Amino acid sequence: MIRTTKFAMGLAAGVVTLLVAGCGGGTPIGGNGDAASAVYVAPGEYDEFYFFTSGGFSGQLGVYGLPSGRLLKQVPIFSQWAENGWGYSEETKAMLETSYGFVPWGDSHHPELSQTDGVIDGRWLFINENNTPRIARIDLTTFETVEIIEIPNSAGNHASPFVTQNTEYTVAATRFSVPTPQADVPIDSYKENFSGMLSFVKVADNGRMNIAFQILVPGYNYDLSHSGKGPSHGWSFFTSYNSEQANTLLEVNASQNDKDYIAAVNWMRAEECVANGQGERWASNYVHNYFDDRHIAVSDMENGTTVITPATCSDMVYYLPTPKSPHGVDVDPSGLLIAAGGKLAAVIPVHSFTKMIQAIENEDFIGEVEGIPILRYESIIAGEVKNPGLGPLHTEFDGKGYAYTSAFISSEIVKWSLETFEVVDRIDAYYSIGHLSIPGGDTREPWGKWVIALNKTTKDRYLPTGPELAHSAQLIDISGDKMRLLLDFPTVGEPHYAQGLPASLIKDKQVRIYPLDENDHPLATKTEAEARVEREGRNVHVYMTTIRTHFVPDNIEGVQVGDSVFFHVTNLEQDWDVPHGFAITGANTSELLLMPGETRTIVWLPTRIGVYPFYCTDFCSALHQEMQGYVRVSPRGSSVPISFNTP
Amino acid sequence: MLRSSRVLIATASILLGLVFMFPLWRIELQAPQYPEGLGLLIKVSDITGVKPHDLQNINGLNHYIGMKTIEPDSIPELRFMPVFVAVMIAAGLLVAATGNRVLLYLWVGVFLIGSVAGLVDFWLWSYDYGHNLDPTAAIKVPGMTYQPPLIGSKQLLNFVATSWPALGGLAAMVSVGIGSLVAIGEWRRARKGAEATG
Repeated sequence: MIRTTKFAMGLAAGVVTLLVAGCGGGTPIGGNGDAASAVYVAPGEYDEFYFFTSGGFSGQLGVYGLPSGRLLKQVPIFSQWAENGWGYSEETKAMLETSYGFVPWGDSHHPELSQTDGVIDGRWLFINENNTPRIARIDLTTFETVEIIEIPNSAGNHASPFVTQNTEYTVAATRFSVPTPQADVPIDSYKENFSGMLSFVKVADNGRMNIAFQILVPGYNYDLSHSGKGPSHGWSFFTSYNSEQANTLLEVNASQNDKDYIAAVNWMRAEECVANGQGERWASNYVHNYFDDRHIAVSDMENGTTVITPATCSDMVYYLPTPKSPHGVDVDPSGLLIAAGGKLAAVIPVHSFTKMIQAIENEDFIGEVEGIPILRYESIIAGEVKNPGLGPLHTEFDGKGYAYTSAFISSEIVKWSLETFEVVDRIDAYYSIGHLSIPGGDTREPWGKWVIALNKTTKDRYLPTGPELAHSAQLIDISGDKMRLLLDFPTVGEPHYAQGLPASLIKDKQVRIYPLDENDHPLATKTEAEARVEREGRNVHVYMTTIRTHFVPDNIEGVQVGDSVFFHVTNLEQDWDVPHGFAITGANTSELLLMPGETRTIVWLPTRIGVYPFYCTDFCSALHQEMQGYVRVSPRGSSVPISFNTP
Repeated sequence: MLRSSRVLIATASILLGLVFMFPLWRIELQAPQYPEGLGLLIKVSDITGVKPHDLQNINGLNHYIGMKTIEPDSIPELRFMPVFVAVMIAAGLLVAATGNRVLLYLWVGVFLIGSVAGLVDFWLWSYDYGHNLDPTAAIKVPGMTYQPPLIGSKQLLNFVATSWPALGGLAAMVSVGIGSLVAIGEWRRARKGAEATG
């Protein structure tokens, strides 16, 4: 209580300080500098960094500019997005296919940028879906989801999709252990029947993902992950909680043990075991969706994964005892220190990779679980950060010898030294910070200019908007000795985690148009002369073009009630930032947004006779309002023939 | 002809070869919504955009004001010009090789006439595009025509059109300039020679 009051007073003082500084316009008080100019990006100028925030329960991805905090784009991934037809159009529906059928919503959690040699390279962004376990890949030249792979034998894909230092793998793990493979068993048989699974998804040079192998592990909750780098390259670390193996009221029952575990996985050793045939082939069904070279999403039903167990592949997995239900596990830029966020712990334990290897060599074990040796805590610990705030969750690094840990309960960021493990600075977060992000802050080379707090509670930070409030991010300058708050900005959905990169890495690689002469869509209409309408039984196919400022054809007759009308629309524009839209009255699907040179298809099911307009939904030109057409719908069995006009 | 004159004529002929490598003229279009610019390159045998789709996009915009579509395949000058330039290069080299003054005067004369005719033709062509507009065009501004300038800048509705000779065009100008100067020099020298002997 005393603590809370102190914080409240601190906050009040902070507000007064800002007001005084704001009114006076003079030298800011407390050495805070001029926050406004630090985040000001003049009209027409660019932000220095791209910042990718998970959409959380929106299922999508937010893209912001830093330091301005301006929203640049939302990338649809795991949820249907009627705004541009994602998951509605015939070409994108397959992206949301799973072994459970079409799933229209997902829960995106952790954006992870691809790396080369432990440094962000700007090729792709991976992001995990927690609810129906999946990993997506976003192409950073188009900001479009190009691939989604389902993770079988898993549930609650939370410890994902953290990559190895050359993006050899992206990982996935089970947050909610389940019978594996699935089985109809009593829930209270958890201890006998439930397991976790650590999945390693191979990433090919062209980005294409495939599940290389899965490691069957004890039924704990595998929560977060990071891969080793530099000297620890070849290892991946996964936190786990619920080593109590409770299956009900976890908030109490999974919080009893003093220590849970970080699973240290030697994936190079796992590769050997798989190569030696020590894996077992499981009949695992999962769906793999990707854009083919025609820019059309296809779904492959995959069958079978290779499963290995620590019991059959020795020296592959070790448990590092870690206090109190650890959440984040973060490897410092040197690759030698492994910080854990024990969310109920009084300290931040920092494990030493070097000591861990020594302990393994000395077989300094205190026990074993299902073939996994448990190392002695005292033998592997590099240091403990005392007084780290309440509820430490995640740590990022600035590349200058400091770590920054988010503390959820005390709502603050704590800066500590990687040499002395002493806290050197702390700053309040408004409120209840979850993840935090420094661009490159989980790689070998962070850009240590800012840390961004990703807060879970917003309350009074912005103008109120009814009961549901935007989540809130805060940009904090970490270039000096003292952290200083520069900017609040609201975020879309719930940005669990976020990553940033310098704009210069990808800015000049952005695709402006899709060249029409490379459009291999089989239903594309590349000239107005080819535009046409064809009936095939109850299906009517409209091969339509758009260009400023008309559709071809724009008068269509001969459609009947009960038909399925497929509008295959090709945008003939080859000009930068000239998309067209297509919408028609009563569509139970969505609109289409068509980028220049792109072909997309939407289905319309006319249910009533009449004449129905369609129009361009994306203001395209001076005569945008004239960009419209009509479809005449006749009764079923009508003698009105299919007809249409071309120029 | 002096040896130096013959060298200069050979140089001028070779310089003219640049016409096959670089555009003759460049028309740039700037508008608020085109910060990246649009542009046309007039080449000896083709008209292209500065960027890959500029020609198509300019044609697309021009349809609002009723301008005809620029279709390089239907412009006969683009078939005639390369032949003329090739003949001029060959003839120039012949002049240099023979050192024949009469051939020199003839070459320079044809070259000058051809150059002026080319510019006049270009101006007439742009006049036609800028003035002969489709009466059903969506945008009709009374009194407004859209001929870009031959050289310099002009505001055409939301676009500023800027037109300049490009490297190929400049090479042709320098080439015809050298030819003319050499011809004048040779003519003076010949007259002096005639006076001296007369």
